[in-house]
Amino acid sequence: MQYNVLEYLEDTVNRVPGKMAFSDGNFSMTFAEVYRQSRAVGTWLSVRQYYNEPVVVFMNKHPKTITAFLGVIYSGNHYVPLDEEMPLFRVGLILETLKPRIVICDSVGANKLAGFGYTGMIVEYDAIADSKSDDEALRLIRDRQIDTDAIYVVFTSGSTGVPKGIVACHRSVIDYMEAFTAALELNETAIFGMQVPLYFDACLKEVFSTLKFGASTYLIPRSLFMFPVKLVEFMNENKINTVCWVVSALTMISAFGALEKSVPVHLKTIAFGSEVMPVKQLDLWRKALPGAHFYNLYGPTEATGMSCFYKVSREFSEGEVIPIGKPFRNTSVFLLKENNEVAGFNETGEICIRGTALTMGYYRSFDKTAEVFVQNPLNKVYPELIYRTGDLARMTEDGDLIFVSRKDDQIKHMGHRIELGEIESQVSLIEGIGHSCCLYDKSTDRIVLFYSGDTDEGVLIKQLRGKLPRYMLPNTVERMNKIPLMANSKIDRSELKRRLNSNIK
Amino acid sequence: MNELISILNGLHPDVDFAEAEGLVDNGVLDSFDIISLVAEIDSEFDVRIPAEEILPENFNSAKALYELITRLGDN
Repeated sequence: MQYNVLEYLEDTVNRVPGKMAFSDGNFSMTFAEVYRQSRAVGTWLSVRQYYNEPVVVFMNKHPKTITAFLGVIYSGNHYVPLDEEMPLFRVGLILETLKPRIVICDSVGANKLAGFGYTGMIVEYDAIADSKSDDEALRLIRDRQIDTDAIYVVFTSGSTGVPKGIVACHRSVIDYMEAFTAALELNETAIFGMQVPLYFDACLKEVFSTLKFGASTYLIPRSLFMFPVKLVEFMNENKINTVCWVVSALTMISAFGALEKSVPVHLKTIAFGSEVMPVKQLDLWRKALPGAHFYNLYGPTEATGMSCFYKVSREFSEGEVIPIGKPFRNTSVFLLKENNEVAGFNETGEICIRGTALTMGYYRSFDKTAEVFVQNPLNKVYPELIYRTGDLARMTEDGDLIFVSRKDDQIKHMGHRIELGEIESQVSLIEGIGHSCCLYDKSTDRIVLFYSGDTDEGVLIKQLRGKLPRYMLPNTVERMNKIPLMANSKIDRSELKRRLNSNIK
Repeated sequence: MNELISILNGLHPDVDFAEAEGLVDNGVLDSFDIISLVAEIDSEFDVRIPAEEILPENFNSAKALYELITRLGDN
């Protein structure tokens, strides 16, 4: 039985040491290099007495970043990926929650952190990646480790304005990877094209599938996702045959008509998730790649990665919703109505998840954890945790789940999970702002901000840019003389929603 | 041109698009902006930008984008 995610790498490096593991198109690393450098990083950290604590990795989307993650795991610590494009204000909030003693950077990250309030140790990856590894020290760490030890903390939007850190352990990642790779029938021939950034749990799919099988992953530069023809060229040059992308990345290619000009001909497995795939766009892909397999994935970061999948096996008519399907092996998904009873067929209920794939909860936030990681209300006789996702769904008579909506103000925008409350709380901190309210316009996929006050739109956005990641910036800003309020002085969101809908027409 | 600038300002009210260059190279525009722009140019100018014209050099400044619209509109 496997207890540690690093066993994936250790098995593979014995079989195919010289094979390319990770590349960004310019810079590549073989499994042997990944193994050597991650053990060097692990040794370096452990010699300096870092153990069972967060180690921030503040680096770009690059093969070395993945090796840094693995190095942190070798040292018995948990890696925390932060993105260099993240505004420093947000980095500050996260560092405040973590209180890390050490940050691993590349040269860009080191420059960004200098002059910022962080007082802990900063070390550049390149300065430690070629240090000598100590096999005996690493073996002692391995002997102490158990499979419920934490391996990463990833941060997601929090409705009160402070991002939440989700902690995962070896066990949940192994459970997820075994089920995920079996469901998608992956093997060593997979050549992944990674779209997602490395600071999300979503990158586990490519990273650990690659390590498990000795497959290969190309980290696709972010900028290519603006230019469909160049993106397809990159995929064809590198013979990419497997993608797990957010829906908006796939539809960017198809909606621009790029598939009529050039097809990513090597693609065999196309998985998508995070948002609802429009049938019209899926049809364009199926027509361009009739031999490929398509999978709709669903899952919250709190349950490690994906929890459900649906293999597209029939035609869908326009307007029909593609199911999120059935749970992965060893994961249980059920729907609870408001009275905590199980929803019947076609009844809407909240998606609840049970199983080894549940993460440990939120970092330094026992209260928030206890709100959503709760006792299974169906089990009255012994302690059993479930995760309440806040997503509403219904189940068809075939046992397939169909996503319906959110229970609260969380949205998915360009594949990113965003709490509208987090945007509002940052807006309200800006000087000269009266009331503000953020809504999501589904018909145009826009985050719309209504506000009142003296500050003009340009100044407001400029201020927000320093506080929020750019995917959370409102796409449309409307300044009003007065924000409609209800009798209890709360903002009348439904009135603003009506206004939004009438603006469209 | 003013119409295009106002579309761009709708996306980023804090940028001076009459002057700004390197909109793609400097990361002012992201993939969401490109998608929005292509859709709005289609509805406002009745010009459909084909996939092979969605290139960094055509989106790097308001001027370059306007030239693209004019060129495509003439054909």
